[in-house]
Amino acid sequence: MPAFPKKWLLVIIALAVVIPLLKPVLPDLVSDYRLFLVSTMMIAAIAVLGLNLLTGFNGQISLGHSAFYAVGAYTAAILMDKLDVPYYATLPVAAVVCFIVGYLFGLPALKLEGHYLALATFALALAVPQILKYKWLEDLTGGVQGIVLSKPEPPFGIPLSEDQWLYYYIFVVMVILYWAANNMLNSRSGRAMMAIRDYHIAADTMGIDTSLYKTVTFGISAAYTGIAGALSASAIAFVAPDSFNFFLSIKFLIGLVVGGVGSLTGSIIGGIFYVLVDNSAQALSTFVKNDLGLPFDLSAYTVFGILLIVLMYLMPMGIVGGVYILIRRLQRAGRGAPAAASRPAEAGKGH
Amino acid sequence: MKKTSRRTFVAGVSAAAVLTGNRVAFSQKKYDDGASDTEIKIGHTNPYSGPASAYGVIGKTLQAYWKSVNEAGGINGRKVNFITYDDGYSPPKTVELIRQLVEQDKVLCTFNTLGTPTNTAIHKYMNQKKVPMLYVATGASKWGDPKNFPWTMGFQPDYHTEGVIYAKHLLANVKDAKIAVLMQNDDYGKDYWEGFKEGLAKDAGRVVKHVSYEVTDPTVDSQVIQLKDSGANVFFNIATPKFAAQAMRKAGDIGWKPVIYLNNVSSSVASTMKPAGFDNVQGVLTAQYLMDPTDKQWDSHDDMKAWVEWMKKHNAGASLQDASNVFAFAVATLMHETLKKCGDTLTRENVMKQAANFQKFRLRMLLPGITVSTSATDFYPIQAVQLSRFKGESWELFGDIMHAEST
Amino acid sequence: MEQFLQQLASGLANGAIYACVALALVMIYVSTDHLNFAQGEMAMFSTYISWQLMNWGLSYWVAFILAVAFSFVLGVLIERIILRPLHNAPVLSVVVVFIGLLAICNSVAGAIWSYLIKEFPSPFPKSSFGIAGVIGPHQLGVVLVTLIVLSLLFVFFRFTPLGLAMRAAAQNPQMARLVGVRVDWMLALGWGLAAAVGAVAGIMVAHIVYLDPNMMGGILLYAFASALVGGIGNPGGAVIGGFIVGVLENMVAFTGNQIEKATGVYIIGNGEKLTVALIIVIFVLTVKPAGLFGRVVVKRV
Repeated sequence: MPAFPKKWLLVIIALAVVIPLLKPVLPDLVSDYRLFLVSTMMIAAIAVLGLNLLTGFNGQISLGHSAFYAVGAYTAAILMDKLDVPYYATLPVAAVVCFIVGYLFGLPALKLEGHYLALATFALALAVPQILKYKWLEDLTGGVQGIVLSKPEPPFGIPLSEDQWLYYYIFVVMVILYWAANNMLNSRSGRAMMAIRDYHIAADTMGIDTSLYKTVTFGISAAYTGIAGALSASAIAFVAPDSFNFFLSIKFLIGLVVGGVGSLTGSIIGGIFYVLVDNSAQALSTFVKNDLGLPFDLSAYTVFGILLIVLMYLMPMGIVGGVYILIRRLQRAGRGAPAAASRPAEAGKGH
Repeated sequence: MKKTSRRTFVAGVSAAAVLTGNRVAFSQKKYDDGASDTEIKIGHTNPYSGPASAYGVIGKTLQAYWKSVNEAGGINGRKVNFITYDDGYSPPKTVELIRQLVEQDKVLCTFNTLGTPTNTAIHKYMNQKKVPMLYVATGASKWGDPKNFPWTMGFQPDYHTEGVIYAKHLLANVKDAKIAVLMQNDDYGKDYWEGFKEGLAKDAGRVVKHVSYEVTDPTVDSQVIQLKDSGANVFFNIATPKFAAQAMRKAGDIGWKPVIYLNNVSSSVASTMKPAGFDNVQGVLTAQYLMDPTDKQWDSHDDMKAWVEWMKKHNAGASLQDASNVFAFAVATLMHETLKKCGDTLTRENVMKQAANFQKFRLRMLLPGITVSTSATDFYPIQAVQLSRFKGESWELFGDIMHAEST
Repeated sequence: MEQFLQQLASGLANGAIYACVALALVMIYVSTDHLNFAQGEMAMFSTYISWQLMNWGLSYWVAFILAVAFSFVLGVLIERIILRPLHNAPVLSVVVVFIGLLAICNSVAGAIWSYLIKEFPSPFPKSSFGIAGVIGPHQLGVVLVTLIVLSLLFVFFRFTPLGLAMRAAAQNPQMARLVGVRVDWMLALGWGLAAAVGAVAGIMVAHIVYLDPNMMGGILLYAFASALVGGIGNPGGAVIGGFIVGVLENMVAFTGNQIEKATGVYIIGNGEKLTVALIIVIFVLTVKPAGLFGRVVVKRV
């Protein structure tokens, strides 16, 4: 994947820091609701990033990341609700708990590949909501009723609204996590992770401890997604088994593929898409009904399905891959010479 | 029971409420967000996709209802702008969409948002924002708590109370009851189950077997076999139509013939009783508050005739068999009535005040004798049900109309 | 003992349903290497077609045959139109397309036929077979139909030239192309067959779980597990896998029930039966990573 220009990155970060402060000046454009929406996008982006570390960079498919998200969210919720732990202190605990769960799950998963691994993780996604409802855990988890929480408030009387504060809080967490992921991927360990993805046997013969790398990657991936879950518990201020069904895993997967498998930038785009796709499907469906005046009722869910298929048609490598190919083509056309374009990473392509 | 004192309150409060109601009608026009001379904005969330998409018909019928109101000139000259979003029954999505409705779309109030976990997720928010959250579409008992949540009001008789009613009835009518319970493993099932246990009180030991199922289970056959094995002679069926029908059919197939109490959620003739097989459901007991469109006894009732006519004219293509369409029609009528009473004072406070000011209001499609009553301390609009027994191909009402306090 | 027999029989009957859907999954996997997430929804759609035909007055079997034929054509069309352009796309992108298909099938069926559950008739005579109190005639019929479908597929792949060509196309596309097999069309045929098998499954299932647009949601989960337990590339394995999962699940509930009866302590019950069944399945898979009846593919380095 091409490195993202540093200059741009700084500009984006600066904008992300300044824009929320413009709320008093541009109250319609920068509203609490919009900031909340961006916060949910960032949470989704972290979760997708977690999945990307496992699937995109290490080649292990997971349909079970909703489970880690749930474990993270419940860890945070129980800590806040039962032990009055402050919200920011729940993140490291959630990360550790999810790392352990992920690592342990990664052990049997070592033996499984491809579709079998997909099934095992899928089973995890189904099992976790059931376990949350398990009779002997009800006192802790609130059973089917879930746990109602309070939203974090800005400390030291900082004159920010709850949503502004939440936005900064999540933004900082996200930047740290991205920075960490980026460093990890550019290190020896990161290269080992990717070597396992691309040439498993070769990596093995070169002396990489594939088992260790695979299980640890599973743990780290789970920890990332668990942190996202813990953040969501604060942002939504409510957890219930119904929030973490299997479809959540599918949504992370969609975010991953649409954004770009094996691309950090893709994870962010995937997170944004994850939130926007529902809303845009609803908007499109209303548009078709009201403005085009079609005789039949096209439901938002149908539009959602069509949207997915069309996207995969146009950009089978996801948005980042698609844009990359586009840029290459333009450059080539501009230069008029057939440059030997290196293809974007084709992670996730069947091995 | 916690609601026993409500009727005594009604008389005192209602006189005061009538006075304020009159004053309102003559006062100046006053508006909060979402209301103007031309428009009233109402927000709504509902699953239209995903596993709970069967409830989508409620949202569609509500849309048709407000469209028909607008075609007839609106409410006091204002058009209703009904904004409905698909939350897929996912609480985080509901929070996002409700915030969009309140903060971006700036609705006057929300109405009939569907689902217990989804409404739980927005309960606190709506009350902090002081936006009316009216007539929520869930039977949980927590929606009528004006002291702690003065901006939230329920609609239907709650599951808890219904559970109590079944328990009392069976204790009085079944000798040596040994009870088996099938329950959907979520908050809806739990609410019924808690109410039922409360109604049994010291006889709770009569429950010999209690099993649950998940909505992802293909069938409940395995559960019903366990229930039969327990030797129970009473079966409390807390399941949604598909599973309720499966359970009663399976019971018939394996030759288990208990007294069956069926939750109101699944009382539809077309979607439960007929698929279960009429042979298997003779004598089944349930409690009702709405007329079932597939129950022939209502065919000549004025309300039903009016509903059928409305459906054909304004909601063509929707099923005339689906009880959800009756529910949506009834609850929309109550909202319509509430807004009408608000007159030109379309403030959030007044909307709540008017919602809490119904005295024995005869709402269309409720069973004869059941009315809507609310007050500043009573946020449970409908609290009466009547027991009925299945006979032949329809329900037969019997006994008195039961109020929560008469149980 | 009576409960044990009933649980066993009911497990077998459920297992037959999973087996049928698992067969359809295996068909697509064998010919295209994909797990089709939309399989359940496609089967549901086919079932609605047959329901509609019956509603228009056709007899059960005529509607059955027409619906299966329609599904075959639909399967071929989906492959040719939707999946053809994605032959070179990454696996995960194809999975997303399947999810899109799932969403479309589900919502379109809901829009056309509503979400109200519908009864679906059973073709099997009510009293002439089945063991009273243990297994109903329809349940027994489903088991039979599943076995018949399996045998037909076996015969088709083993003894017909077309079946042979399909196997060749799946196992070694390049070689197959060289000997004159039209590989593309073989893939499409695989999809058609899978859709047809799925339609049979849907029509059999609908009588038991009632017809509604979400009827296959839960079943598909079990079918996946079944197909994988049996070894994803093996139709016979898928069928046996289906029976194993169906019986296993009921046995978990049964055991939990017996423990509670004996000791009065609730350990596992219906809420946990799927979880426990899946844990067992995964445990089996870690011991036999290619499924019980799958062939271990030796990797060439």
